Amino acid sequence: MVEVGKNDQLAALRRRLAALEGVGRATSGALPFGVLAIDDALTCGGLRLGALHEVAGAGPDEEDGAVAAAFLAGILARLRPPLPVLWCLAAGDLYGPGLAARGLGPERVILARASGDQEMLWAMEEGLKSPALAAVIGEIEALPLTASRRLQLAAESSGVTAFALRRWHSGERAARQRAAPNAAVTRWRVAALPGDLKTDEPGIGRPRWQVELWRCRGGIPASWTVEACDATGHVSLAAELGDRPLAPARVA
Amino acid sequence: MSLWLPNWAIDRWRRQGSRKQRPFDDTPFVLAATIGNRRLVTAADAEAQAMGIAPGMALTDARALHPALAVAESDPARDRAALARLAAWCGRYSPWTAPHGGDGVWLDITGCAHLRGGESALAAELIERLARQGIAGRAAIADTPGAAWAMACGSGAATVVVPEGGARQALAALPVDALRLDPAAIAELGRLGLRRIGDLYAMPRAALAARFGERLAHRLDQALGLAAEPLSPLPPAPARWARRRFAEPIGTAEDIAAATRELLARLCRSLADEMLGARRLVLTLYRVDGTSETASIGTARPSRDPGHLLRLFEERLTTLDPGLGIEDMLLAAPMVETLAALQLGFAHRLQSARRSPSPPFRAEKGWDEVGGACRVWRVRAGARWLPPPHLTSPPPGAEREKKKGRRNLDTLDDTSLAMLVDRLANRLGSAALGCFVPRESHLPERSSHFAPVFAPAAVAAWEKPWQRPIRLLPRPEPVEAVAPVPDDPPVRFRWRRVMHRVRRADGPERIVGEWWRGAADAAELRDYYCVEDETGRRFWLYRAGLYRPEMAPRWFLHGLFA
Repeated sequence: MVEVGKNDQLAALRRRLAALEGVGRATSGALPFGVLAIDDALTCGGLRLGALHEVAGAGPDEEDGAVAAAFLAGILARLRPPLPVLWCLAAGDLYGPGLAARGLGPERVILARASGDQEMLWAMEEGLKSPALAAVIGEIEALPLTASRRLQLAAESSGVTAFALRRWHSGERAARQRAAPNAAVTRWRVAALPGDLKTDEPGIGRPRWQVELWRCRGGIPASWTVEACDATGHVSLAAELGDRPLAPARVA
Repeated sequence: MSLWLPNWAIDRWRRQGSRKQRPFDDTPFVLAATIGNRRLVTAADAEAQAMGIAPGMALTDARALHPALAVAESDPARDRAALARLAAWCGRYSPWTAPHGGDGVWLDITGCAHLRGGESALAAELIERLARQGIAGRAAIADTPGAAWAMACGSGAATVVVPEGGARQALAALPVDALRLDPAAIAELGRLGLRRIGDLYAMPRAALAARFGERLAHRLDQALGLAAEPLSPLPPAPARWARRRFAEPIGTAEDIAAATRELLARLCRSLADEMLGARRLVLTLYRVDGTSETASIGTARPSRDPGHLLRLFEERLTTLDPGLGIEDMLLAAPMVETLAALQLGFAHRLQSARRSPSPPFRAEKGWDEVGGACRVWRVRAGARWLPPPHLTSPPPGAEREKKKGRRNLDTLDDTSLAMLVDRLANRLGSAALGCFVPRESHLPERSSHFAPVFAPAAVAAWEKPWQRPIRLLPRPEPVEAVAPVPDDPPVRFRWRRVMHRVRRADGPERIVGEWWRGAADAAELRDYYCVEDETGRRFWLYRAGLYRPEMAPRWFLHGLFA
């Protein structure tokens, strides 16, 4: 009897915690990656909609954010397709045809150039309040805990998904802010991997990425080697994965 | 009153120039148009007319009279539009004004003349004001529009006032041209020796009508007041502003916001009457010390939603300084566009019903068994109506259905998107907001273009080239590259002081400039390579120009792949 009582209490506490964290809340659903290994690691069978997610590059790409942007474009391509997405950026280096190659129609993208992080956070929050959008992306440098919580709450209440694409303009700032806590539900780090030199195929082939889910609320961190998004925005596990040990994490 | 502008086309053309120096002020000047296959003079200024150049003359004849003649192309459409504006300007003298023909304005000054000190004073003031603007004009006041027009054109005086009942006598001495007849009829009358209007009085009407048609008799009757001639005045310019004066000056932010809300409600109502939406609004606050402050907002799509516009103003209102107090507020819509009435979507009705469940209607929602769709039941307050039991409890899964349905309905109209764009543009600046628009060009930096969000749909389509980077540098950055073999990708290159060793590469893809754009473009030739360095990063490099052994090739980095 005592055991049962304890279990009940534990279950009640778990429910309460889940409610506090927003994990168990009935949200707008999830967007599966279509790769079983990744979807299993995420708590709700995919990327939770109506929540804040963080994506960052690794190494020198932390500044350029090219791999992170491509990874995001693949996700956005499948995220409630006809709806537009708001992409807030500081530098005008995003390239429409490049997005199209990952399946994200450039006509879906509304660009907003914000001059600083404050403006950017404001623009993202405004975007998150609008039900006409599928997602809001901010290429942001500093994401303090309070600001990220505001974004998370705004995303929860409207069902619009928020993505913080982290770009740091100096290694020093990156080192300071890379691991700083924030309220994002999942935090991703995506790094480019060198291709396989053993094949004698001409050209450079499909790029491969090391996708690391290093923080996931209610889930377990994991890392995968994947082949980059195709024209429909889908990633797939690299074929050699079963035959050799996992590539050393380049980004730790 | 009739106002006749003998040289309207010339005057209008000259008014386009600067106030200080009117174009062709010192040379004879004519306007010409191609009619059929001839160049004809359509209007001539006073100097040219003094030389014998008259409208209707061939331009070559006019040039023979004065070889240094200044000529410009005539533009009847703009003349007419300017005349309509002038007629509207004449509204200062009378509420009923109408442009007439290509060079006249009717003013019905019945009951207005005493405001300007009598009829002759009014006519003199009008002519003087026009003269100050560089417009020659003659005005005549008479009992009927026809008589006034005849006097304005025919009398030769700048202002004429025909006393009441004196039209018959005053017109008698005027040539028949003053009766608004077609040239053929005037020539015919001239052949018969009927040169003055007075000559026609004595003629039997039946004979006149038989010979010259009903028109001559009709015009004569109109001039003499025997036949009615209604004017169709310009519609009054609608008020696209709202004003509020305060008995006591206001100063708090709440008061200003409340007054703005009221002004917006009034303005939006009048815009709705005209089926218009505002694109720009300017709010002016007049302070008690005689100074003023303005706040303006713009919208991406025409809007007349007071709530939305108020939200745009809220950002600005906080920055305004009320000073010692505000005694007067003016809200104007200087830029408006047509905005048809909107059919409110189902979702809107549902939301508004939820928001205001007050009498006389109480909103109830229930679930339709068949479709699972949400329905609004409107029930009169007081009447007891209970929905059937199967309607009160939603079927399983209905909650999800509802969410999905709502979302789709909301997106059908893009008003909420336009509202978001407005809010962002008003804070970040409209130049900061845009979207990608494809252009038909192979040069990477030209093929994608940054355009306003609600720009007209693009003509070109996005082509799917086989390899395009996700980040394109604003301008290609020069790199030091080492390529041992001509037409081969580099083996290593230095970009931003970091050396990259190329492991794998793809290319070249040759992109040539668009020769039709000019010499710089025609000389442009790039061989693009997609290369991967030892860490797996991928770059888009190009070599400018063809490979030449005597010259070191120039390499640039243009984009980053993922």
